[in-house]
Amino acid sequence: MRLEQRTHTPYAVAIAAPVCAVAFTLLLCAALIVWAGAPVGRAYIVLFDGAFGSRFAIGETLTRATPLILTGLAAAVAFRARFYNIGAEGQLYLGALAAVAIGGGGFAAPSVVLFPLMIAAGMAAGAMWLLVPALAKSRLGVDEVVTTLLLNFVALLFVSMMLDGPMKDPTAMGWPQSVAIVSDLEFGKLLERSRVHSGLIFAVVLAVALWVVNARTTFGYEMRAVGANARAARFAGIAVDRVMLKTALLSGALAGLAGVGEVAGRAGYLTLDMSPGYGYSGIVIAMLASLNPLGVVLAAIFVAGVIVGADSMSRVIGVPSYLADVIVAISLLSMLVATMLTRYKLRWS
Amino acid sequence: MTIAHEAPDGATGPQAPVLRLRGITKHFGALVANDDVSLELERGEVLGLLGENGAGKSTLVSVLFGHYVADAGSIEVFEQPLPPGQPKAALAAGIGMVHQHFTLADNLSVLDNILIGTETLWQPFSRRRGAREKLARTATQFGLAVDPDARVADLSVGERQRVEILKALYRGARILILDEPTAVLTPQESQALFSTLRTLVADGLSILFISHKLDEVLAACRRVAVLRQGRLVAVREAASTSKAELAELMVGRRVEAAQRDNAGPSVAAGPLLAVVNLAAGAKLKRAQFSVARGEIFGIAGVSGNGQAELADVLCGLLAPVRGEIRVDGRTLAGTPHAFIEAGFGRVPEDRAAVGVIGDLSIWENAVAERYRDRAFSHLGWLDRTQAKVRAARIVAQFDVRCSGLDAPARSMSGGNVQKLILGRALISEPSVIVANQPTWGLDIGAVSYVHSQLLAARSRGAAIVLLSEDLDELFAIADRIAVMFHGTLSEARTCWSVGDIGLAMAGAEAAQA
Amino acid sequence: MSELYDIVASTAFWIAVLRIATPLILGTLGVLLCERAGVLNLGIEGIMVAGAFCGWLAVFHGAGLWTGVLVAACAGAIFGLLHGVLTVVLALSQHVSGLGITLLATSLSYYAYRVNFPKVSSPPTVVPFGETHWFDALPALGAVLGAQTPLTLLALAIVPVIAYLLNRTPAGLAVRMVVENPAAVEAQGISVTAVRIGAIVAGSALMGVAGSFLTLSAFNAFYFNMVNGRGWICVALVVFASWRPGKALLGAILFAAFDALQLRLQQSSAGGLPYQLYLMLPYLLSIIALALVARKAAYPHALMKPYRKEER
Repeated sequence: MRLEQRTHTPYAVAIAAPVCAVAFTLLLCAALIVWAGAPVGRAYIVLFDGAFGSRFAIGETLTRATPLILTGLAAAVAFRARFYNIGAEGQLYLGALAAVAIGGGGFAAPSVVLFPLMIAAGMAAGAMWLLVPALAKSRLGVDEVVTTLLLNFVALLFVSMMLDGPMKDPTAMGWPQSVAIVSDLEFGKLLERSRVHSGLIFAVVLAVALWVVNARTTFGYEMRAVGANARAARFAGIAVDRVMLKTALLSGALAGLAGVGEVAGRAGYLTLDMSPGYGYSGIVIAMLASLNPLGVVLAAIFVAGVIVGADSMSRVIGVPSYLADVIVAISLLSMLVATMLTRYKLRWS
Repeated sequence: MTIAHEAPDGATGPQAPVLRLRGITKHFGALVANDDVSLELERGEVLGLLGENGAGKSTLVSVLFGHYVADAGSIEVFEQPLPPGQPKAALAAGIGMVHQHFTLADNLSVLDNILIGTETLWQPFSRRRGAREKLARTATQFGLAVDPDARVADLSVGERQRVEILKALYRGARILILDEPTAVLTPQESQALFSTLRTLVADGLSILFISHKLDEVLAACRRVAVLRQGRLVAVREAASTSKAELAELMVGRRVEAAQRDNAGPSVAAGPLLAVVNLAAGAKLKRAQFSVARGEIFGIAGVSGNGQAELADVLCGLLAPVRGEIRVDGRTLAGTPHAFIEAGFGRVPEDRAAVGVIGDLSIWENAVAERYRDRAFSHLGWLDRTQAKVRAARIVAQFDVRCSGLDAPARSMSGGNVQKLILGRALISEPSVIVANQPTWGLDIGAVSYVHSQLLAARSRGAAIVLLSEDLDELFAIADRIAVMFHGTLSEARTCWSVGDIGLAMAGAEAAQA
Repeated sequence: MSELYDIVASTAFWIAVLRIATPLILGTLGVLLCERAGVLNLGIEGIMVAGAFCGWLAVFHGAGLWTGVLVAACAGAIFGLLHGVLTVVLALSQHVSGLGITLLATSLSYYAYRVNFPKVSSPPTVVPFGETHWFDALPALGAVLGAQTPLTLLALAIVPVIAYLLNRTPAGLAVRMVVENPAAVEAQGISVTAVRIGAIVAGSALMGVAGSFLTLSAFNAFYFNMVNGRGWICVALVVFASWRPGKALLGAILFAAFDALQLRLQQSSAGGLPYQLYLMLPYLLSIIALALVARKAAYPHALMKPYRKEER
């Protein structure tokens, strides 16, 4: 069996690919649902209803999607420049920690000053956390995949240490939990009787902005050039290391912002179980979107819907909610294969 | 020169050919790489397969060796049909292949390289001692001495080729296919190879010798088959044909070689580019030369002697360890950007991997060195309109054939990629041009186009450094030539004999001219 | 200082070191096999989860302990095969495919656990491997080795086996060659695809066994998050070991020694430092080790480069 590069992609193939990927995923997971002893049709209906079937459901899905859009963008930006940042989870927690440090009531300044400061601090913290792997890569040639992965564990332990120590909420009765963000600094709610907050607007605006940067600016040009072929980019006079570093900082900042949004928009305070792996899901979302910033928004809503829907499916008919991760994983892999088939032809010989 | 036209064991008279190709046809998409090629190789002969780059020689041998499967046609080896698409079957049938790009693993020993594939994969041990003895026997039999424990990376190019030939002989190959075997050798090494080939043929082997160089084919072969655009256009006896006839058969028309005009370089104005006492990387030990306006300065040498490092320094990719580069008396700092700003036009060796970014569009590649200029960007915003205007100008002026400015660069053929790179470098009329192997792998038409562009730049008064492994090219268009050996650049001369330059490439002191 | 000496000189310490090192040795060898054939396998984290779960489940349903290990190896091999098809045959991004495998293997294991045991509050247990006491007669070393379970001894024994396979057999030569120059292997009539997939499957089987050590030897039940980054550490260790089996053993033991040390220091809580600082140490140590060797790390030639025939 051989792969042959297509000179152009037929329209039908481009449309059929993601449809087939999704269909394939649902089919495989149907087998798992049957295994769990639940009726497949009903399970999927409950899943869809739980994700998009009501105003409340949509609100939950969008709330979930907010950090996922941001971590998805963080991964998309970095992966586009072939900087494999797998540490968005840690950067998210660091961003959240910085937001609590600024917004936790420790500073007596007007919120007009503190609010932007809190956001900037969160983004800076996320970026700084990625600075070490980025420098280690450009200066020493250390593979960033492993360092960013390992730093996730360090970040969580660091946050745990902070929550046990200086940033512990004394009123939480021994539970490791930070002080709460003062109410003036919390993100505004977007929908009545739901948890959707203005972080969603930030996320969507940033996605559009990144799309524009990618397509229309010299920085976007540099990122794409470095990602597509670093050697050729360097030959053409692009400062590859600097572009890589800037990209890494941008990626870390986006992940950090996701953390700010979670504490200041949703939870109100920081705990160690705040993120159920948003950082890792961001990578999946970026890949589902083929690294396109606008696609990230859609992919994030899809993944958020699957997670929220699977939760309600688990409550209603007892299919374990881990099915959500299985669906996401299979759709990632089948989507990868599908997009590859839009670029290559399979030839049997 | 005398060539063993006939094997001494009397392999004359009507005898079945050892290898017979019948009607081989192979398409790649719309491209027809081989069109109904039928060919016979007789016992104890060297058959030349002549053709331009892109004529379908490599495809034909890849089909023969089972790397590709032909769309039509059949192959017989020793009168047995050869199953298609199985390199293993080809090996078992006694076909040995010496690829143009050696298929050796640099970090493994010679013995490891020869052993690979000779034993059953699931055997729990490797019979290394027996293999070592057999290798020594084979080496003595054919006069191809090589240290079995040497790391391949430590061998010279000629020695590596010897390992490749030994590898084929070790598995008892009776038919040897040599793909452009002289491309990487010095003239003297080529002569040594030809004498090895005579030994092999005398031993009853049959050899298919693939080349695009007329002289060599005439020197080494008994018969010559000519491929053009995938078709076999003629088979001639070497004794009864001429260089001119073969050239015309190969190209299908007369090609005017680009001519240098007679105006010499303007040496009087002093050198424009001066390279002083330069050392860089692990391989470039010392290079010193200067190039005047209107001069093409050629640098010859067998690959791997430091030319790549020199080219990298001259493109700003590699910072020198010692020494400096001056243009018009000003010293240049070592970043690619600084060299572009200083007016360098640069043509890299590896056009697909370094020259262009395949996934970006043609217009994006056309402004790759210039996107930061005020003409193409304002406050960080790319001016797509102006960039496309520039790209369109390059495409028109340098005859780049493409399906549109928005098509990805990887959709173009090698020749057109080179024209785009050349156009990008030359459109702003650079005062200094650094071209590294600018015609490697191009067909004759594209080669002469590249030469004419370089010569036009020379007439305009540019100082040009041309690094090439192709001596014919250097002799044709360079004003002066210096030779790289083991990282040191020789004195430049305006006039070399082939013998002298060959010796210099092999490291011997050239005879005083 | 003397406290430190007491710790390092004790037999109990070295028993713990070998126990901690076992999954790392097996996992690192697994990664090593994959990478020596040119394929990064970030699926290890998930494959270890799958190995831990499947091995344990088999034993829980009445299979023998060694059958459980075999089941774990097969589970690993199946995910390895999937990774191989995606990265070698279809030439997809090795990073993303590996992460996808990790996500898939982990979530499938958790899902299957919940389907099998919908409402258990404390995880069901099995009777794990016991100490062998085969080497008790040996002086000094005997006490350390004797207190190990058979899987640890297996891990130690596999190191020279892998080294021999790689350096002294035709199949090993093919693996070493395929990462240096895939075209050379193809030219000799050996399929690059087959060699690479073979190495990935074998390596992933080892990763599965590494996971089963956790549920069948170190503990006696399956917990969520029990692999806890061990797989990623193996990926780092392989770089540190410059892709050599012997050095991989050394690296795993060194790492385990630091891990055991931090556990003991944490218990003695000498400086009154937060315990999280000690827990960070192994991860920070891996990063520092990577930074130290990165300059001279001779990455396998064709690592992460897919091989495509007939590309033009």
